[in-house]
Amino acid sequence: MKRYFLNSRIGPEGLQAPLATQGDVIAQIGTGEIAGDGEVIDCAQIVRGGGWLMPAIIDLGVFAVDRRACHAGGIARVGLMPDQSPVLDDPGIVRRAALMGKPELWVHPLAAATQGLKGDDLAEMAINQAAGARAVATGRGWIADSGVMRKVLAYARDCGLAVIAHAEDGGLAAGAVATEGETAMRLGLPSAPAAAEALAIARDLILVEETGARLHFRQVTTAQGLELVRRAKDRGLPVTCGITPAHLLLSDIDVSDFRTYARLSPPLRSDADRRACLAALADGTIDVLFSGHDPRGPEEKRLPFADAEPGMSGAETLFALGMGFVHDGTIGLARLFELLAENPARILGLDAGRIAPGLAADLILVDPGKPWRIDAEAMVARAGNTPFDGLPVQGKVAAIWKGGKRVG
Amino acid sequence: MPPSDHRPAAQIPGGAVFPHRHLTGIAGLEPHQILFLLDEAEHWVDFNRGRGKSDRRLEGITQINAFFENSTRTLLSFEIAGKKLGADVVNMHAGQSSVKKGETLIDTAVTLNAMRGDVIVIRHSSSGAVQLIADKVGCPVLNAGDGWHEHPTQALLDALTIRRRRGAIAGQRVVICGDILHSRVARSNMLSLTALAAEVRVCAPATLMPVGIERMGVTPFKDFDAALEGADVVMMLRLQNERMSGAFIPSTREYHMRYGLTPERLERAKPDALVMHPGPMNRGVEITSSVADHPERSAITEQVEMGVAVRMACLDVLTRRARGVEGWA
Repeated sequence: MKRYFLNSRIGPEGLQAPLATQGDVIAQIGTGEIAGDGEVIDCAQIVRGGGWLMPAIIDLGVFAVDRRACHAGGIARVGLMPDQSPVLDDPGIVRRAALMGKPELWVHPLAAATQGLKGDDLAEMAINQAAGARAVATGRGWIADSGVMRKVLAYARDCGLAVIAHAEDGGLAAGAVATEGETAMRLGLPSAPAAAEALAIARDLILVEETGARLHFRQVTTAQGLELVRRAKDRGLPVTCGITPAHLLLSDIDVSDFRTYARLSPPLRSDADRRACLAALADGTIDVLFSGHDPRGPEEKRLPFADAEPGMSGAETLFALGMGFVHDGTIGLARLFELLAENPARILGLDAGRIAPGLAADLILVDPGKPWRIDAEAMVARAGNTPFDGLPVQGKVAAIWKGGKRVG
Repeated sequence: MPPSDHRPAAQIPGGAVFPHRHLTGIAGLEPHQILFLLDEAEHWVDFNRGRGKSDRRLEGITQINAFFENSTRTLLSFEIAGKKLGADVVNMHAGQSSVKKGETLIDTAVTLNAMRGDVIVIRHSSSGAVQLIADKVGCPVLNAGDGWHEHPTQALLDALTIRRRRGAIAGQRVVICGDILHSRVARSNMLSLTALAAEVRVCAPATLMPVGIERMGVTPFKDFDAALEGADVVMMLRLQNERMSGAFIPSTREYHMRYGLTPERLERAKPDALVMHPGPMNRGVEITSSVADHPERSAITEQVEMGVAVRMACLDVLTRRARGVEGWA
């Protein structure tokens, strides 16, 4: 079936409407007859002025399949972390995960790199790939054994899979719930030095150099870590990295008063590190902006700080917080959608993430200037554990189409 | 008199001097509010030393001591303090509580609240736990130690001991030595002593010294002998058993060699310097017996005595609003 999107600016470049889709792919942009049998979508009826029609967000690294939150946030595909119960290390489990959200939300499982995510023995990769896995991941934890990590990288390279790694030296970070510094010291919280991240990155980069594997650091949050990634990219290593809005907007001061909603993994950093993250977002060192969506109810968050689970509910706020960096001039609109869609698609090897003929018709209609206030109570996610409750933001997703079909 | 020993509390009418509903930490207290609590405690020191007098001002008040972490001394001290003032004191130990059955801390707090205690004293092994409960209950909450965070009544009793024995707190050179990293006693003391204008030195091996400590307004030392130079007060901290053999220090004998308070070491402090320890002591590890038991220098048993007086003061002050004391209601 054909669909025609009218009266909207198309893509970050602001191309001329209409955009035509055929079945679940984009067919034409800016030209072509509007045939009588197609469905006509007048964007101006959805958003005043027609808004912008953009590629839907591909959220690389979520911990839960939360369809409503994703659609509210303009997310059409997620990369699901292997830290599920049971762990995504078996083809049956991987296949089940891959089918979980279809057709409205596509889940791309990130299979466990090691059996049970224990960091000891290689998990099946080619079989899990055949079952739908799009990459392998170390999960919430770090693979401490360098010999194991080297084998993971070498084997994944042969399978043509990217490895998604958590960058925190397990020895330094063991038991820590905060970053070493004044706040952790005053609150009496177990803390780890920020260097735990750079240490992990440095080792993995050396192993990448040796194996030639594609490595994506799910989150890089320190000046030292980002500098290592920047230099590795300059040397031409196949390395990418991501970040969530939290580490760009918040620092360790935000855990004062033991605010467990700001308990994240890795923990919030110093303000100097936060500013280095913003600089890395602007200069291209960071490739992916993602939500880290990890809904946690009060039973896991209304606890003493060190006993609370880390993580935030981020899917619904990702676009608006990302637009904040456009509104304040840190990055341009085109760069935002590289971070949110194009780069995640490339890392996972998806025919999606941009507006071009032949790619998936995963689209969102956004009102980039619409002001609203983040309200934890009003969130549609499975839990409203956001550290941004009450924050005024600008930019809202008005509608979302997955494979040409409107889903939200 | 140095400025911080001024007592503007005397000029502030009634409850305005201490507007806090809870005592969760020294952080958040103004210097004059700390001094107000010390002045109140002075009265109870005299009271406790006199015999046969009775004060039943907490009659009809139910005091719940909810101890989620083991304690003998602090629990006993709070119990005696409450009973001396006529309160009905009930103790809840972690071992007996439903916490072991998986009940969340919030549920426990709500349960305690429903039992309509008039004041709850809490100890918990997790930093911030007491604040979490305080936000959920309708009555005053007193922090008897939360994780590595704060132990405000210990800091108050230490300040009272110093003021009584040294005549003042401002200008005193106080050395705090030991496991600063894991110590709520050290954190509360750093806050109160710097607020009252003492010169605070902290001394620990690098493995037990928190990063960012200088932001507390104290001077860190790794060499105990250098830290002791000219000290008025030497406050030793307890070294927990599980940290002694390899985890943070190589051995207790090496720790004793570098950080044990011996008579020879104490020579570097002022001749009349005061020795303190929050207890229980590891004799022969952080402190030798001859120093701990020194009749003139050691204030360790006096600290225990001050503890009861300080806790009486805190229980009295925090329940004044509920009791409708004139000027506080």
